[in-house]
Amino acid sequence: MQIDFQINGDNISIEADPAKPLLWILREDLGLTGTKYGCGVAACGACTVHLDGEATRCCVLPVEAVAGRAVTTIEGLAAKGEPHRVQQAWIDARVPQCGYCQSGMIMAAASLLAKTSNPTDAEIDAAITNICRCGTYPRVRAAIRALSEAV
Amino acid sequence: MRRRSFLIGSAAIAGGLAVGYRAWSQSFERNAVDLVTGEGEHLLAGWIRIGTDDTVTVLIPHVDMGQGIYTALAMMAAEELDADWSTVRAERAPGEKAFANRFLARGWVTQGFDVPRFADRITDMVFTEAARFVNLQITGGSTAVRFTGQAGMRVVAAAARQMLVEAAARRWGVPPRQLTVRDGVVTDPSSGQTARFGTLAEEAARLSVPSNPRLKKRSEWRLVGASPLRFDIPAKTDGTFGYGIDLQLPDMLHAAVRSAPVHGGRLLGVDTESAKALPGVERVIPLERAVAVVAASWWQASRALDLLDPEFSADGITISTQADLERAQDEALESGEGETVVTLGDASEAIRSADASRRFEATYRVPYLHHAAMEPINATMQFADGVLTFWGGEQDALGTKARLVERSGLAASKVVVHGLPAGGSFGRRIAPSADYLDHLVPIARAMAPRPVKLILSREEEFTHGAYRPALATQMTAALDADGMPTAWMQRYLNGPTRNEAFHIPYSIPNQEIVSIDFATHVQTGTWRSVAHTQHAFWTESFVDELAHASGRDPLDYRRMLLPEGSRARRVLEIAAERAGWGEALPPGSGRGIALAESYGTWVAEVVEVSLGEDSMPRIHRVVAAVDCGGLVHPDTALQQVEGGIIMGLSAALREKITLEDGAVAQTNFPDYPVLRLPETPKIEVHFLDSDGPWGGLGEPGVPPAAPALANALFAATGRRIRRLPIIDALSGEGGRA
Repeated sequence: MQIDFQINGDNISIEADPAKPLLWILREDLGLTGTKYGCGVAACGACTVHLDGEATRCCVLPVEAVAGRAVTTIEGLAAKGEPHRVQQAWIDARVPQCGYCQSGMIMAAASLLAKTSNPTDAEIDAAITNICRCGTYPRVRAAIRALSEAV
Repeated sequence: MRRRSFLIGSAAIAGGLAVGYRAWSQSFERNAVDLVTGEGEHLLAGWIRIGTDDTVTVLIPHVDMGQGIYTALAMMAAEELDADWSTVRAERAPGEKAFANRFLARGWVTQGFDVPRFADRITDMVFTEAARFVNLQITGGSTAVRFTGQAGMRVVAAAARQMLVEAAARRWGVPPRQLTVRDGVVTDPSSGQTARFGTLAEEAARLSVPSNPRLKKRSEWRLVGASPLRFDIPAKTDGTFGYGIDLQLPDMLHAAVRSAPVHGGRLLGVDTESAKALPGVERVIPLERAVAVVAASWWQASRALDLLDPEFSADGITISTQADLERAQDEALESGEGETVVTLGDASEAIRSADASRRFEATYRVPYLHHAAMEPINATMQFADGVLTFWGGEQDALGTKARLVERSGLAASKVVVHGLPAGGSFGRRIAPSADYLDHLVPIARAMAPRPVKLILSREEEFTHGAYRPALATQMTAALDADGMPTAWMQRYLNGPTRNEAFHIPYSIPNQEIVSIDFATHVQTGTWRSVAHTQHAFWTESFVDELAHASGRDPLDYRRMLLPEGSRARRVLEIAAERAGWGEALPPGSGRGIALAESYGTWVAEVVEVSLGEDSMPRIHRVVAAVDCGGLVHPDTALQQVEGGIIMGLSAALREKITLEDGAVAQTNFPDYPVLRLPETPKIEVHFLDSDGPWGGLGEPGVPPAAPALANALFAATGRRIRRLPIIDALSGEGGRA
């Protein structure tokens, strides 16, 4: 089946099994491996991308569901080669350890901050439910706080 | 123990081995140069490559699984080299015997207590030989900085610096001692001549490696102790950091496997037709203990695998349910043949003669735990032209190579291992428990010469882990009239992993500690901080019970049992002070404290907890004090302890792997809930100024977390937690004790 959608600002048209999850389209068909496979059941958030700007776990999202919509992945978050402000905050707060979950964390945080420039702790708790096994949570919160305070 | 006597035995006769060794060793050295240097690059002292462009690359015999050791080890080398930090890089050393980690061999034998230098080549030679002999290139035991760094990277870098200075001195015809080095430039202050490392490397590489280079004193350090940005962090924020799972090779195929639900079971039969019909499927391969589907994409392989209905045996099943497990544990504790690992005074007599009101007994249990690293297990392999090439994030490249040699039947020279970074591992990806490699060898052989990447689905990864063993202990203590312990008797089950951590840190005159081997058919392995996870929970909970039984404050009680000024007592006191121990808390809240030494580092943690409206624990704050000797990169050190505390709390609170019909019941994160951001408490970590021997940091944050939390719950609620996870103990699920 032919599916048209936007990926990181580019309009593309791909031939794909409509049931194939967007995660595997990104990783296997488009070579965008920054989005990670973590659990396959939308429980861990490692596969978080933006779908029309909204943080979305794409490991259970059939690619046919994104037809005509705009997908942004971690590779497309930065504009003109400059890190996105959330990425810079992650570097400044030295968040990553193994780093595997961080694409998803950053996409979730960027979506939160786009909607709520100064989120409360409760809003951060509600938006960041991604799993990090290294335990970077205190720094994830600190990086989001630093961006909130910068507003 | 056999390994240790081998080393000491060899040391005694090493002089006689030296000549033959030299020829053997020189072949490795030539091999090392061939492996890692290209045009315009020179290898100094075996581990440091300097290019004519001045780039200094430190070769690291460890895997990066998030610990930040590439940066820390490169800093230690750059410090001794006096390199310009902006030109320093770190690179994974090849998984070849030429890069066996002799510094680890030395560190393990001496436990880091000797001066980190190679005063004589004979000692060094013995450790090198030993490291090659046992395929030592492992990442584990929190050893990277304290052993590889202290005894390795600092020393080879100091040697390389001396070689660079010597090369400059010869060029200029001046004595080396009048030259200075700073930021990658050698200077002769008398003439003002300068030479950059890149222009000296070729001449320096021809010089012999000095056996006893001078190391800097702590007061001379300029880089060690600072926290430059970790090399890996920018690429871990933009999706470009490449893990094993991201590897793309030309013409690569993808494999998914399903193995026997009961560990040790065999494949009895499978109808492969349904899967073969799916698009993209190349082959369905029945294996000894699993069935595999190979397809053009992993999603296709995985979907086809779901259509199969393989039949497996349950060979070797020992227990079917949790009740079976506890019965087996109780039986082993009651009547199992044990090995006495600690005897001090006469504990049984002291307990027998104590008044019944001063005798205390308790049984404690811990469950199987899964590593659940975020990157699912994966590995890539190719058989081509008689050579097996492997790519993966294994923690021990040489152990992996040995397992692949054994499984493939190929000569070691025909097996090439490329180490890739891992998205966490925590002790999982070590050759002895790398059962997935056994699946991949026949799969890749069947698909030769095309490379095959195997990814375990999260469900496969959960049900076929190498779990922290489920274990139990019985402890008995007697108190004197003042409530202080006179005797400590303990029988504990020891899993198939290392028998360690059973010593108690407290001065108790009569002790008898007995270890009883305990194994089931369930695959177990090394889980972050290994046996310290259960021992710290047992020891520190029971000491807390004794403190409360004696009516004393748990902090004071511990202090009274520890020598004044000891590292143990200092971390305890500082953690308590910073946590405001003794200050009032809101009603329903409590503080708990625990202490543990692991891998040479002392850690005390204080946890504050209360019960929420749902009667479940809310962890508010954790304060830790750490004595690990020195620090290389304080911010990375902090990350490691923060992460260790979170993993420890997570396991204590909710994590458990259980059995149904002998198979693991948990299949994914929804039924193995790990700690998430909203539940994560405030964490404060205080590193002590210390001149003690250097300890590790990757693991030591973990052990005190569970007992500190359980002790805090006792303070808050009066309920003593004797089984983990805590939510089971609170809800009464999971049986007695």
